[in-house]
Amino acid sequence: MEIFNHNSNFNFLGLRKFTVGLGVVLVIASVILVAVRGFNYGLDFTGGLSVQVAYSSPVEVSDVRQALVNAHFDDAVVVPVGGANGLQIKLPIRVVDEAGANLPADKRADKVRDEILAALKASRPDATVKDRSFVGAQVGEELRNDGYIAMIFVIIGIMGYLWIRFERRFAIAALATEVHDVLLTLGIFALTRREFDLTVLASVLAVVGYSINDKVVVFDRVRELFRASRNATPEEVLNRSINSTLSRTIITSLFTGITMAALYFIGGPVVHGFAITMLIGIVVGTLSSIFIASPILLWLGVSKKDLMPVTKDNPELARRP
Amino acid sequence: MSDFPRWKYALVVLVLIFGVIYALPNVFKPSPALQIAPNRGQVVDDALKSKVQGILDQNKLAVTDVQVDLVAQRMLMKFPDAESRDKAADAVRPVLGDGYIVALNLASNVPSWLGAIHAGAMPLGLDLQGGVHFLMEVDQNSVQDKLETTYADDVRSLLRDKNIRYESVARNGRGAGIGIILKSDADRDAASSAIALDHPDLILVNGNNTGDRFVLNATVKPDKLRELAQSTIRQNLTTLRNRVNALGVSEPLIQQQGDNRIVVELAGVQDTAEAKKLLGAVATLQYREGLANPSDPRAQDAQRTGNIPPDANLVLGNHGEPYLVSKKIIVTGDELSDAASGFDQQTGTPKVDVVLNSAGARKMTDFSSAHVGKPMAVVYAERVTDTKVVDGKEVRTARTSERVINYATINSTLGKNFQTTGLASPTEASDLALLLKGGALAAPTDIVEEGVIGASLGADNIQKGVQAVLIGLGLVLLAAAFYYKLFGLVADVALFFNLILLMAVMSLIGVTLTMPGIAGIVLTLGMAIDANVLICERIREELRNGSTPLASIRAGYEKAWATILDANVTHLLAALGLMTMGSGPIRGFGVTLFIGILTSMFTSVTVTHAITALIHGGRKLKTLSV
Repeated sequence: MEIFNHNSNFNFLGLRKFTVGLGVVLVIASVILVAVRGFNYGLDFTGGLSVQVAYSSPVEVSDVRQALVNAHFDDAVVVPVGGANGLQIKLPIRVVDEAGANLPADKRADKVRDEILAALKASRPDATVKDRSFVGAQVGEELRNDGYIAMIFVIIGIMGYLWIRFERRFAIAALATEVHDVLLTLGIFALTRREFDLTVLASVLAVVGYSINDKVVVFDRVRELFRASRNATPEEVLNRSINSTLSRTIITSLFTGITMAALYFIGGPVVHGFAITMLIGIVVGTLSSIFIASPILLWLGVSKKDLMPVTKDNPELARRP
Repeated sequence: MSDFPRWKYALVVLVLIFGVIYALPNVFKPSPALQIAPNRGQVVDDALKSKVQGILDQNKLAVTDVQVDLVAQRMLMKFPDAESRDKAADAVRPVLGDGYIVALNLASNVPSWLGAIHAGAMPLGLDLQGGVHFLMEVDQNSVQDKLETTYADDVRSLLRDKNIRYESVARNGRGAGIGIILKSDADRDAASSAIALDHPDLILVNGNNTGDRFVLNATVKPDKLRELAQSTIRQNLTTLRNRVNALGVSEPLIQQQGDNRIVVELAGVQDTAEAKKLLGAVATLQYREGLANPSDPRAQDAQRTGNIPPDANLVLGNHGEPYLVSKKIIVTGDELSDAASGFDQQTGTPKVDVVLNSAGARKMTDFSSAHVGKPMAVVYAERVTDTKVVDGKEVRTARTSERVINYATINSTLGKNFQTTGLASPTEASDLALLLKGGALAAPTDIVEEGVIGASLGADNIQKGVQAVLIGLGLVLLAAAFYYKLFGLVADVALFFNLILLMAVMSLIGVTLTMPGIAGIVLTLGMAIDANVLICERIREELRNGSTPLASIRAGYEKAWATILDANVTHLLAALGLMTMGSGPIRGFGVTLFIGILTSMFTSVTVTHAITALIHGGRKLKTLSV
């Protein structure tokens, strides 16, 4: 069975002004979104208190919110978890700090938890507290910094590898596309105000891994076709590379997408953020592999002679990639 | 088939056998269990077994298995469910009392022959089995303060010993070292060489001279500071381990994270309060010379006017009454080798029996023999942390709260064994005994993060996680078989073995399985199929270009390999980045991804090639089912 016409020769490069232009616009929009709206950072990063509450019968989120507002917890975020009876209430670290400056941090968290429980019991006596977790603000800041440093380290490592295995232009094109993918994924997070927590940061790194995988497959074909071609123009070679890897690019995206969708629908709230980030990243990464990476290669002036193996005098070696 | 050598078949078979054997232990679910170990002078034997059995029979609680290990001094009882285990713990604990530690545990049901070849199930993270976790921060500032103060004292006494005249020796503030002001240039040179000889860990720099003040600055070498910081955190880890053992939690995780943080994870524990009290507490006892009791006018004056004699501290008692005690501490809680709580036989009040170590005992003997008939005070010192928000930043300050719990006259020379009474409650006595026994924390340690995960939430997570893995795998298996027919089925077999192999390697290394780890497994399964997609697409291309089926298979694998290698190496780099990220659960995800990429390269390429060669080898083929 084949979904894609194997003889397809769609002129992807012909659209390059439009596609790359769109990519640039989206990247700029993402940067602005991230800068202006910022992320809805999770507790992992901001520090704060999360209280898991359970009721013996279903409860309306709006009622709980009202009960909290009545008790002057205006900044509380109420999220339903685990069916209609469970809720998660999140409070920024500021509220916890204000609860009692003279108490040790964990005692203050206990105090706020008890106040919340009292506020909830006032409106519904069947409220019980299941868990609570508390994160200091400084810990969160360090986690975030660690994550960003890891991301930079990963991107530099990948660039270095591509520079050695392929050529400088491939490394630059990969870097540019990687940045595009990461920024777009982050931009979507800033736009939708989805919670950005530690698992999401990890999955953004996984998106980097997935997306580079995708680009390398296309680049590999570009290298192979350049070496094999006699006098095709770079544009022809790049177009042929995208077309001949198109079926693989999309099938792999679909397969990985299937597993992530399964994780999203079945894996429960803990992995929601992870699965949704991967799904966004897979779509963005697949599109950029097709529409953005190769035009950048073309503009950087990739050519046949850059890709010929150094040991030209040994034909046996020259055949190897 | 000629292009697939025999030794590779052998390798594939061996690796698959290895995978199945080492992944197998994960099938056996552990049972909820109670672990009983002796605490103080008690033994585990058959008598204990029948005693406990009796208690359980009385409460009508069924036990599935009882193991008594006389060598390791440990008894393990398995229960059919967690609920009856918890009930059993509640029934057994009060009867056995202080002499035994009764810990909630999960007992492995892996057959012994698997254990013999070091095959075991993956340990589950807190998110999958419930429990409490704490992140504690060691106050390294206080370590530096203490070190610099000690050096300042040492330098002062050194200069006195060498008869070098100095104006002052004082700390310049944290991290800025010690400022020594001398009277002349010659004195400074002499001081400099004397200090350099005695304290090679100090860096000495001449400061600016003003008039007859010749300044010498001494700072502690960064190496020495780092070394001290590391040994501090090591000592704190040991102390915390002792304390957690005293809590009766089996297999706790106590780990250093970063430079000055410690992670404590206690699986199965649901009550943070009890654990926290013991982990974070920095309480100790101090034995000091007593100078004035509350009925003494000097103590009353000191409380009223605030004029405290220079060699004394004003410390309040249990009911706020004033005592004057000497600043000089005879012995502290650091210098004892054992402590036990109990009741005083004469008065019935709670007490702590203390055994001093040899250094402590010598000091106590020297002091008490010289002060017979004079009072001695026992001070209960506890560190309290205050956190305030200043300019949006958390600022932690610590102070020591002190309280006189006992003030009595020394009747005779004291040795290494003696008892302290005057504690407020039996609980305070037993907590103090545990703290003293566990050893003091080398530096104050604060809890900066904590969380509880309910046991039911953990069970829910693991169920959802396993379902997500199986359904994700099932969907990919279907899709691949549908799209690539026979080659898809071959890839499916390989993908299934990839899951087994991944679990085997994770179990062997002992990677803790967490929810992000399960997400990593699902992602790995989704991406592992990529290699097969690459191979199958190549084979299709070769067939379209007019190659024979066998040549297409060969060329397909050959040409796809370079791509697979490049794609996987770059992906490995990304996984490596995740592994280096500090936090535990994310590292679990990175580790899973890293191992998964490696195993998938083997299963997707070598295993499928072997199966393909088996199916197609030695046959005349007209078409391929791809």
